[in-house]
Amino acid sequence: MAKATFEVPELSQYLDVPPVTPQTMAHSLPFVAKPEIQAPLGFPGELVDDWQEKALDKMGELLGKYRSLRVYLDSCVKCGSCTDKCHYYLGTKDPKNMPVGRQDLMRKVYRRYFTLAGKLFPRLVGAEDFTKEVLDDWYSYYHQCSQCRRCSVFCPYGIDTAEISMAAREIMDSIGVGQKYCNEIIGKVYKIGNNLGLPGPALRDTLEGLEEDVLDDTGVAVRYPIDQVGAEILLVTPSADFFAEPHVDGLIGYGKVFHEAGVSWTLSSHASEAANFGMFIGSYENMRRVAQRIREAAIQLKVKRIVFGECGHAWRVAYSFLNTLAGPWDFLDPRYPVPQHICEFTYNLIQEGKLTFDKGENDDKVLTYHDSCNVARASRMGNTPGGQFEIPRAIIRATCNHFYDMDEDTIRDRTFCCGGGGGLLTDDLMELRVKGAKPRVEALNNVMQEKGVTHMAAICAICKSQFTKVLPYYGMEMDQIVSLHQLVSNAIVLTERDEEEDDEEDAEEAA
Amino acid sequence: MSFLTMVYAYLYYFAAFVLLAGVTFKVVQYARTPAPLKIPTTPAPTTRSGVVFRMTREVVLFESLFRGNKWTWIFGWIFHFGLFLVTLRHLRYFIEPVWLPIELVQPFGIYGGMAMVVGLVGLWSRRFFVDRVRYISSPSDHLILALLIAIGCSGLLMKFVFHTDVVAVKSFFIGLYSFDPQPLPHDPLLLLHLFLVATLMIVFPYSKLLHAPGLFFSPSRNQVDNPREHRHIAPWAKRLEQE
Repeated sequence: MAKATFEVPELSQYLDVPPVTPQTMAHSLPFVAKPEIQAPLGFPGELVDDWQEKALDKMGELLGKYRSLRVYLDSCVKCGSCTDKCHYYLGTKDPKNMPVGRQDLMRKVYRRYFTLAGKLFPRLVGAEDFTKEVLDDWYSYYHQCSQCRRCSVFCPYGIDTAEISMAAREIMDSIGVGQKYCNEIIGKVYKIGNNLGLPGPALRDTLEGLEEDVLDDTGVAVRYPIDQVGAEILLVTPSADFFAEPHVDGLIGYGKVFHEAGVSWTLSSHASEAANFGMFIGSYENMRRVAQRIREAAIQLKVKRIVFGECGHAWRVAYSFLNTLAGPWDFLDPRYPVPQHICEFTYNLIQEGKLTFDKGENDDKVLTYHDSCNVARASRMGNTPGGQFEIPRAIIRATCNHFYDMDEDTIRDRTFCCGGGGGLLTDDLMELRVKGAKPRVEALNNVMQEKGVTHMAAICAICKSQFTKVLPYYGMEMDQIVSLHQLVSNAIVLTERDEEEDDEEDAEEAA
Repeated sequence: MSFLTMVYAYLYYFAAFVLLAGVTFKVVQYARTPAPLKIPTTPAPTTRSGVVFRMTREVVLFESLFRGNKWTWIFGWIFHFGLFLVTLRHLRYFIEPVWLPIELVQPFGIYGGMAMVVGLVGLWSRRFFVDRVRYISSPSDHLILALLIAIGCSGLLMKFVFHTDVVAVKSFFIGLYSFDPQPLPHDPLLLLHLFLVATLMIVFPYSKLLHAPGLFFSPSRNQVDNPREHRHIAPWAKRLEQE
């Protein structure tokens, strides 16, 4: 079991709602971004002198730009429906981690400066001045929200705390209070092309290594191309897929699926990252700039389709926002949605009977499936609502003999976040991450006890990294979390393809 | 015309103005504020008519609240449905002749009044007994419940114990339309009831009662899930593209 400097929550058989225990997480603070990290994103380096005035100006600006923010700040009736829904509240007992508690940190400032009632009778309506203490609370608790949207499912008005967290982070960035983890990563994307700062040559090395590994393992030459001009498909995948376990096993799986489909595909060193941390910090401008790389790569590589690898928040930005941020995509093949999820791609091939699986290859595992929050509640796969739940499960059933779902209250649109999403996947928030994982790990533990489940599949780079790190705190093994396409990779029966060589030469000539 | 009638006439002109102007202002503000990104909580309908159906379920059945908390749902729904029946019943004071459906709903309006108070008491007790709800309640949350309960109880008392001259009440309100208020009965309970209702009307656009129009403008509920098919872009975001 991993060593913890804090108390790791006890798992129980039923989800119990803890009693309100104020301030248990007030000490949780991610590292603050230094001036050199803030600058490339266009934010002030440190807290500006007239921060209160600037912050309120920014808030006014956002209230005029985002209907969600305006409506959500006005509409809450404090009914309490959300209070026991956030995994961070369930894991930490801190009432400021109840969705409404978190929203109220901003709502009390909104009421004080933007509503008549709050200007006239602040005490009566719970309005408060925007003091340094309030700002400190913002920094702490708006970095205890993974923007997973579980609260919005149960709110009678659909109030989404993620929208408020994003606005709060944008306001804080605008006065020079940035979070190191997110902002440093966005800087790396601008400078190098991906979150992990892997330069092009390193990517090429890695991919060549993968080709050799797969050849050794299977005897079949599966290609993992990068910057291949004229390829049919551009694959955009989280950079963790290039080397981290279990992510890379997923990437190996994508390659095998493309191989079997017989389509040419390529990665891009320019857009070698699917994730878009611009969303986490609520910055439309930064999110747009990050998304534009994908458009540039698609044009430069003359591809006809775009497919995204396994990544939760990335898929939200891709599915829900990419057309807005970097569209229109009229230069791509109109027969396919832009973008497509790798699961949609694989699922369609399965439907067409183009993939052959030996399910027995996964018989050493009993699987369950973790619905990643942003895939579940902020996107879709396929043509019908809820395809984001059914398609990944259909792929698991096609590739594995043993699959059991976790408790209904903890899957599909009621799924629990892994505890590391929304820009919190950093070691300086380890206590929060472990405690926030509790509801999910609890459901996993129950299905392990009852059904003998050994592994949990996921389709999100953050989920995979988070569970790898967090499961040991609960006495589980780090390799119990697997990539969905790792299961595909294990079971898929590969066929030799000779024409591959010719394609490659053609493509190189075109380049 | 008595001083009291004058006071109440002006009070109701003022309250009606604040309610209408205030809510109109907020609705226009919501409608004019762009929603730059597609953020429906999924799974979401993929068609406009699907969204209308989803929204209808939210407005009529409080579907999300049902999934969230059964106690709050049952009390909240009883209160709102009761209030709806009560409002229908009260329409007879404001229209002449009274429409048939409003005549038919009269007896149900009484049950609605009782249900409304029961629901409100349930909701209020949660503010004391559930620690999480207690934590998030501010004084205004208690006051608004007190106000609504007082309105309900004063109304029920007039129905069952201290009757007032409802014909005179009706002439008072009908008279307001033509700026010719008729004498209002001086029963204390009636005056209290009307004062509280006017207060509610005035408070409406400045309080959380804005949840009523707010729901219709909630992007997580009213957006169609079709971002890949249709490019959605706000005017201010469009300007970024032209730079």
